[in-house]
Formats: sequence, structure tokens, C-alpha cells
Amino acid sequence: MTTLLEELEQERIRPETEHRLLLCGGIPCTSLGCKKVKEALEEELQAQGAAGEVPLEVVGCIGDCSMGPAVIVYPEGIIYQKLKPEDARTIVREHIVNGRVVESLLHRDPQSKEILRRREQLPFYRGQTRLVLRNCGVISPHIDEYLKYRGYAALARALAELTPEQVIEEVKISGLRGRGGGGFPTGRKWEMMRASPGDEKFIICNADEGDPGAFMDRNILEGDPHSVIEGMIIAGYATGARQGYIYVRAEYPIAVRRSQEAIAQAREKKFLGENILEKGFSFNIEIRIGAGAFVCGEETALISSIHGTRGDPNPRPPFPAQKGLWGKPTLINNVETLANIPLIVLHGGSRFAELGLEGASGTKVFALAGKINHTGLVEVPLGTPLRTIIFDIGGGIPGNKKFKAAQTGGPSGGCLGPEHLDLPVDYQSLQEAGSMIGSGGLIIMDEDTCMVDIARFYMDFIQDESCGKCTPCRIGTKRMLEILEKITAGKGEEKDLETLQQLALLLKNGSLCGLGRSAPNPVLSTLHRFREEYLAHIRDHTCPAGVCRSLTRLRIIEDKCRSCGICARICPAAAISGARGKPYVIDPEKCSDCLRCLEECPFDAISRGGERVAAPMD
Amino acid sequence: MAVKSARETELYHQLTRALEKYKGKSGVLIAALQEAQQIFGYLPRQVMIHVANELTIPLAEVYSVVSFYSLFSTVPVGLHRLEVCMGTACYVRGAEKLLQGLQDKLGLKPGEVSADGRFSIATTRCTGACGAAPVIKVGDELYGGMNEEGLDRLIKELKQ
Ligand SMILES: Cc1cc2nc3c(=O)[nH]c(=O)nc-3n(C[C@H](O)[C@H](O)[C@H](O)COP(=O)(O)O)c2cc1C
Ligand code: FES
Repeated sequence: MTTLLEELEQERIRPETEHRLLLCGGIPCTSLGCKKVKEALEEELQAQGAAGEVPLEVVGCIGDCSMGPAVIVYPEGIIYQKLKPEDARTIVREHIVNGRVVESLLHRDPQSKEILRRREQLPFYRGQTRLVLRNCGVISPHIDEYLKYRGYAALARALAELTPEQVIEEVKISGLRGRGGGGFPTGRKWEMMRASPGDEKFIICNADEGDPGAFMDRNILEGDPHSVIEGMIIAGYATGARQGYIYVRAEYPIAVRRSQEAIAQAREKKFLGENILEKGFSFNIEIRIGAGAFVCGEETALISSIHGTRGDPNPRPPFPAQKGLWGKPTLINNVETLANIPLIVLHGGSRFAELGLEGASGTKVFALAGKINHTGLVEVPLGTPLRTIIFDIGGGIPGNKKFKAAQTGGPSGGCLGPEHLDLPVDYQSLQEAGSMIGSGGLIIMDEDTCMVDIARFYMDFIQDESCGKCTPCRIGTKRMLEILEKITAGKGEEKDLETLQQLALLLKNGSLCGLGRSAPNPVLSTLHRFREEYLAHIRDHTCPAGVCRSLTRLRIIEDKCRSCGICARICPAAAISGARGKPYVIDPEKCSDCLRCLEECPFDAISRGGERVAAPMD
Repeated sequence: MAVKSARETELYHQLTRALEKYKGKSGVLIAALQEAQQIFGYLPRQVMIHVANELTIPLAEVYSVVSFYSLFSTVPVGLHRLEVCMGTACYVRGAEKLLQGLQDKLGLKPGEVSADGRFSIATTRCTGACGAAPVIKVGDELYGGMNEEGLDRLIKELKQ
């Protein structure tokens, strides 16, 4: 029996004989200079007289951001990565004009030295199951391309062959759970929404993607906006809503533009608007743009924000499905959740349920970033071991450093350590390990990352983003942050750790919304897993990873200093002062940590790190 | 109130015209303020008052929205606003050092504008380019894989 992925691949094969260039236009590639590569390609195509004949399409993120800018050349499907403008010209001259693949620009496996030509052969893609990302980076985001790959066929099937109840049944059979962080069964949510009385109902696509370090939803909207729009229309049909909103964060201008264009294209082709496909169902979509607030990803706060006010959350119940936007029943689903819907409706819920695990079916897209060789979007079946994602697909840690932790779930999640590498990544296992899948952010940390500092970083973020409506979150996050700052400054005491635990409990139990309730998670999980590191800061006044500035400051060792004055002369920040006969001193406020003094001192009198002060507990 | 310059008067006219389409509608305040910020570059008190009056919304409500969302600025920004991403991926890849380097090179602190009005520094929330961390945002452009040399090149480019 063929798998769903194989079935999709077969649909995808179209007889291609002509050359066609796909250039990655994902944001990382753009920021790494893909514009110059594009100009070079265009100029060279022009110079070779092939400008009109060989199409050059800018597509959404191809996948592996660390290898950008990248180009795929069809019909062969050859992938060229890390391109410079000169390389782009060579590709046009050699590959396009002379028909010779430019082997010197192809990826070579570091171990076997084998040349890998096609995208599917590269380790980064080989280990993936790209269902949600089936179109991302492979076709242009235009509706004509989407239609070539059975785009809107699921909508046609739903409207022609299935009742709303049957659509919901398929979604229930699929076992799909929300991909926005909560993991609530999507079919059940739709059923509740359908049952909710009211003649006016709304669908909201949550594209706020607040987790700093996550970019799945951005890339789906930029690379394949129609899959999300199709999912929304089907959701509208199934639940009885006629109006949808996509709430996108303002930091994603290209996602906003692509969604707008896609909506206009869908309207033109009559997939949106009145009497869709002449089946008597009408649906429209509008875009709402956020203004920068993490809490607005939370569903009740998001609704407040669409109302045009502060994004304050509200107590649930009433749930949005009962009383949401403008007080009407409202269904809120994440971008990736919705992008799964066309697959389920077209191929059947049971086909979808074959993937992944019992209770966690399908795939999940992860945004792999941080201290990892291959950064980018990784889609794997739920239940794939963490090790496969980090080492087989992500290529491991750069510079032969040691893997220390994987952060999942962002500011609401926690850290997994080396002992979790063989853990299957799914909702339950991660929760049991003290973290969560979250929306799919996956940040890898190596031995040079300080876990206390990471806990402080997240608390700083959350404290800043707390809306201030409820007291436990408003004040609790501030107090927790103060303690973490104290510890990273080398002024912590052991009893602080207990206070942190107590405050954490208070926030978990007393906060109004999920933001406050999950805010202590990064602290709790690092305290649990990396307690020694906290103790090193407190007892030994050292930061083992060498990150915390107050504990890794440069200082002059009095006994060794001969007052030669070299350091003061070479210091670019004029941070060192002193006089003949007395040891020199470094002003930590001015020091920019350039290390020049450390390198130049003839007497090795400059060192890093705090003095070991006897702590009260010693 | 200080006398408005001719240019300012023109900007206020522009704002009045822009606000026309929002009048009498609900749920439009955020969009209206975004447009106002685009016209003025930031939202000084006088602009907030203008929006409040035009849309007949209490000033307190306007201010509550402006102070809530991080994309609204109540202080002026430079012609080139260099924003260092402080998302997790950028942070673990050395965003803090980048911010320090930028401050040293421009002699500015976050929130300050250079004397010639050309530069200001800020931090930004994750821009979704985490795959190319650390990232700096200038206007709508993103620059990934940033380091010390990258900063020098970028500043030189912008100074021209
Ligand atoms: C503080 C906070 C932030 C959230 N941010 C997001 C987000 O950025 N994107 C998202 O889809 N869901 C986010 N959620 C979850 C939403 O409240 C909601 O559960 C989700 O959008 C439902 O869609 P799903 O069932 O398809 O996952 C957040 C929740 C909380 C408590
Ligand atoms: S963390 Fe900097 S772009 Fe995402």
C-alpha cells in the first residue's frame, strides 16, 4: 500500500521537459543576499538571450536556511545552495544554456564525498515527511500553480460530496490536534462550534506566531497561502461560518502581502465570495494585522485585538466557540492546523491517521534554529525521536561542540537535555519530560549557552509581554525576573531557588490566562535539569558556560600586574586606568570585552571570571 | 500648543484625510494608529489627541492601545532605524554582542536618535528569519548572518 506521502509525490509528477528556475525567496535567504543572486540570474538570462524562455520563479522557503540562497533547476530538480552572484551566472551559462550540471557547485556529502544533486537526496530533506510543506519552496505561491497540484480539490469534494457533519467526521477520524500549542482535538472543536447556536459565526486563523524563534506559520503563509485559505473555507462550511479573518503579526509584512494576494486570486476564481462553486455556500476572508504583543496569540486576547483595543485576555468560559468575536461563536485555529485540512478532506481522515502515533497523528513542522548546523523548517511524523531531528536532519552542533539542550514550546515550554535525545517527539512524551511541543519552535543550545541566562531571557520576555490585567502574572513575573537577574549577576543565594519554586506555583495556579500559567515553565525545567548550573552561579560565583557578564568580567590580578601600562594604552574603550607603581584596574562599565588586553599583557595578569567569594553556605 | 510648521500642517491634513475611512466603524483604532505612525514616523501626544478627536474615542483609550503594543513608538526614530532581533534564536547566536557593537559604532543607546537624525537603534521581536540568526532589521529589509564586519558594511552602506 502506498503511503500518503507517496500518493502526494505521484500527484506531483508532471511531465516537464523545459528548464525552469526556482529561487528561494524565504526571509532568511532574502536576508542572506538572495536579491543579488536574483539580479545576477536575470542579467545572465538576458545576456544569454534566454530571458523570456526560461521562467525564473521566486518561491517560498525551500527549507534549509543555513544553505541559502538556494536555487532549484527543473526539469532535473537539481539544487544549488549557498550561492553567490558569480555562481548564479555560471549556472545560467553552463546548466541552462549548455545543459551541463555544474558539479562544482553541488552539495558534497562531507563523509562519503558523494555528490548530491536533487533536493530529496540531501540529508536535511531525506529524513522529512513534508505534507503540510508539500508545496513550500516547490511551487510559486500563485493560485495557478496551486491548482496544478489538486489545489481546491478538497473544497470541491467537501461541497459536492460531503455534508458539514461528514467533513467534521473526517477531521475527527484523522485525529488532528491543534498545532498552535494547546493540542486540542480539531474535530471536537469544530463539532462544538457547529453545535453553538447563532446565525452569524466567525473563523479566525491564528497567524500571530508569538514564540520568538519560531517561523513555521510565516513560511506556510508565504510559501503556500492557498492551503491555509482552502482549510479556512472548508472550516467555514463545516461549522456554519461565513466570514473568516487571518490575524497576522505585523512583523511579517511578506506573509501579509502573500495572504492578501492569495485572497484576491481565490476570489477571482470564485473559491471565495458568494455561492462558491455554485453550491450555495458563501464565505469571505479578511486580514487583520497585529501590532506587536505576544499575548495576542492567546485566543481571547486575539479577539480583543481584532476589536481594536488592548489585547487583554478574558476568562474562559465563555469559550470563543460560544461567545467570541463581536460576541458571536468563533472558531480559532492555527495556520498549520488549517493547512492540514485539505489533505484530510481529500485523502480521508484514516489515511492521515496512519501517520504519527496513536493520539498524536500526522506530522509536525518544527522551526529548527540556534546552535545547529542546518537551520530551517523540518516536518516529521509525530513521534520521531529528537535525535533524528537534531543529528540526522539538522546535521548536529557546529564546531564539534557538545549538545546541551533543546528548547521547545518557547516562553511557555521547557528544555530537554541529552538524556532525552531518544524521546519520541509527541504531545505526551514532551509533557512528561517537563516541556511541550508548543507551536513548533525548536532552539538548539550547546555548551556555550548558559541555562540560567536562558531562563532569565524568557522571563524577561514574558515580564515585558505580560498584559498586566491579573496580579499574579503582572507582579509574579517581575519578582521572578529580579531573582534570576540577581543570580546571573553573581549575587544569588540558595534560598532564592526555593522562592522561585514558590512563585512559580503561584503563577501557575493564579494567573488569568495561559501566558501567566505557563510563564514559569522555562525556569522550572532548567531548575530541574540544570540545577548545578544555578548552584555554580550562586555558590562559586562562576558561569560555567562563560556567558553571564558579571561573572565573566575581565579583571586585573593585582599580584601579577607590573603596572607597565600596555593594557591601558591599547584599550579601545579607554576602560583601563592606573599609575606607575600601582596595579591597573578595568572599569567594567566601559569595558567592551574585546579581549585585546588579555592577549597583549606580557605578564598574564588579566583573567576572566569573578573572584571566588566565600558564600554564606560554604 | 506650539505653532505647527508648514510641513507639520500638511502631515496633519494627510492624517485627517486618512482617518476619514475609519469614522463611525468599530474595531479600527489599531489600524488607524498604524497609519498615523506611518505618516509621522512615531506617535507624539498631539497626534494621539488628533486621532482621538477625529474618531471620537477617549484619549485614554488611544493611549492604552499605543502603550500596549510594542510596534507603536511615542519617541522619534531616525531615518534609518537599526533594530537588532532579540528573539531566542538570535539571542543564543550572539544578538546581545551585536547590539553592544552597534551601540559602540554609532555612539547611541537604544531609543536615542543621532544628532543628524539619520540613525536610531532599537531591539525588535523575532522577525521570523531565525534560520539566518543573528538578524538586524532596517526598515523593511532584513540582514541575516550578522557579525562585526557585517555591521561595518551595513553602516557604511547606510551612510552613503
Ligand atoms: C500566551 C499564549 C500565546 C499563544 N500564541 C499562539 C500563537 O502565536 N499562535 C497560535 O496559533 N496559537 C497560540 N496560542 C494558542 C491559542 O490560544 C489557541 O489555542 C490556538 O490558536 C488554537 O488553534 P489550534 O487548536 O489550531 O492550535 C497561544 C496561547 C497562549 C496562552
Ligand atoms: S529569533 Fe531573530 S529572527 Fe527569529
